[in-house]
Amino acid sequence: MVPVLYDITFDIAEGEFLALMGPSGSGKTTLLNLIAGIDKADKGSIHVGDVDITTLSETELAAWRANSVGFIFQFYNLIPVLRAVENVELPLHLTTLSTRSRREHAERALAMVGLDHRMDHYPGEMSGGEQQRVAIARAIVTDPTILVADEPTGDLDRVSAEEILSMMERLNRDMGKTIIMVTHDPRAAARAGVLRHLDKGYLNDDAHQNPL
Amino acid sequence: MMLTKILFRNAFHNKLRSSLTILGIAVAILAFGLLRTVVSSFYAGVEAASASRLVTRNAISIIFPLPIAYTEKIRQVEGVKLVSYGNWFGGVYIDEKNFFPNFCIEPHSYFALYPEFVLNDAQKKAFLTDRKGAVAGRKLAAKYGWRIGDTITLKGTIYPGNWDFVLRAIYKGRDNTIDETQFFFHWAYLNEGIKKIWPRYAEQVGFFMIGVNRPDVAADTAVMIDQRFKNSLAETLTETEKAFNLGFLAMAEAIVTAIQMVSFVVIFIILAVVANTMAMTTRERTGDYAILKTLGFGAKDITILIFGEALVITLTGAAIGMVLTFPTSRIFGSQLATYFPVFLVSTETIYMDIAAAFCIAFFAAIIPTRHAIRIRIADGLRRIG
Repeated sequence: MVPVLYDITFDIAEGEFLALMGPSGSGKTTLLNLIAGIDKADKGSIHVGDVDITTLSETELAAWRANSVGFIFQFYNLIPVLRAVENVELPLHLTTLSTRSRREHAERALAMVGLDHRMDHYPGEMSGGEQQRVAIARAIVTDPTILVADEPTGDLDRVSAEEILSMMERLNRDMGKTIIMVTHDPRAAARAGVLRHLDKGYLNDDAHQNPL
Repeated sequence: MMLTKILFRNAFHNKLRSSLTILGIAVAILAFGLLRTVVSSFYAGVEAASASRLVTRNAISIIFPLPIAYTEKIRQVEGVKLVSYGNWFGGVYIDEKNFFPNFCIEPHSYFALYPEFVLNDAQKKAFLTDRKGAVAGRKLAAKYGWRIGDTITLKGTIYPGNWDFVLRAIYKGRDNTIDETQFFFHWAYLNEGIKKIWPRYAEQVGFFMIGVNRPDVAADTAVMIDQRFKNSLAETLTETEKAFNLGFLAMAEAIVTAIQMVSFVVIFIILAVVANTMAMTTRERTGDYAILKTLGFGAKDITILIFGEALVITLTGAAIGMVLTFPTSRIFGSQLATYFPVFLVSTETIYMDIAAAFCIAFFAAIIPTRHAIRIRIADGLRRIG
């Protein structure tokens, strides 16, 4: 087993838009996965709100993720056999909402990202930017407290990347979502309110307001 | 509901691979069904045997005859209702390749004992009154184009010479499990012929068919019949018709066992093919399963997806295979009617097809499911891109 992160202690305020930067292999994605509850730390604790997620069982952690975290990935990670609206609706199947309510929520989320006209298209029929917008709709449809984004613009052209980042900014500013974004693109990091650097598994202590 | 949608769409997402796998399953189920039907057809005679009939033969071997004089002595045994008798004739029609079962019988009692052979009254009367008369099964008559009144010559393989018969009746089976390829004629006609060529073999029969009053005490009746001929020159062995037929089947047991084994090997091969397909499919979807787990779906949901997909593919192929089994078995049965006079796809075979399909799906999905459940989300997500 190779250690990835060392002695990391830091807080993220509610409603903060944090960018985690660092070179490849610095541990950015691992740190993000730990915060989002999709990986487990060997030691230490991670508190999100009042919950110490390191003490949760797999089942409890899955339920916590479903309620509290929205995910945006570099490669969109949509289910290829589901249409856009079905992809967005997917997390709602773990709730008690009725079929009709689920569909209404999904359509509303797609409208928020400007894709109400692409609801019935499969991921393979959409551009990268559109797929990422569907992924954002899926991430926000359950109204989670935190959004985690792992290189959300890494696979997009400049125009699409700008659109996605503007959308994330709006989600943070207008809806108060706490966003933690991993990126090594300075242009993407410039949109975040707070910037932190990781290097070889160590977090630089000097959290600062984003100078970019 | 959404999981059902995903598993159905996943099952047919890679159309070429799914189609080839389904085709393979269909062919395997078809082969399995046909082989099981061959096995069932071996047992058709056993299944058709009546519990109220006994067969008495020479205790040494079926090839040794018994005196016709035993008829009256058997009739006197308590519980015996009706006694008939006959011989295996073993004649061939024109050429040796034209083989079919042919027996000489005592006609009045024999057809009374076998109500499953249905005869037209007028034809039956014509047969009973003509010593050279013969009765053929419907399929046999159709195969050789025989009509009532035709003269049929059989070449004796046991009893030398050409034996002429006049077709007086054609029987039908009471249902489709009854063999309609047999040929019967008067025992008296054969006996007369034997008197001329081998006088010392006359007045003897190969077997007695015995109808009993109470099937539940048939075993006791059989014992009483054999006791009556104990220490005689020709001791008897009496058993139920079912046991008698099973005794014949025992001679072909190795073949039946081999066919049964081959049928299961076919299923094992297709299991390996489906398991390989599921392994490839699941490996390709590792990322999808990781996303589902990320979103909060659990091991149960992943299990439903993979087992469901395996079931959809396997049951589709099995359904096609089962549907094809019926016309194929009809063609097969008509081509091999001489060897398998009753070649019917049984309900049991269909149940075994369905069970085989479920087993294939279940075993093919176990390892891929285990892998998909165990893989860490972070590792699964790393497979994407």
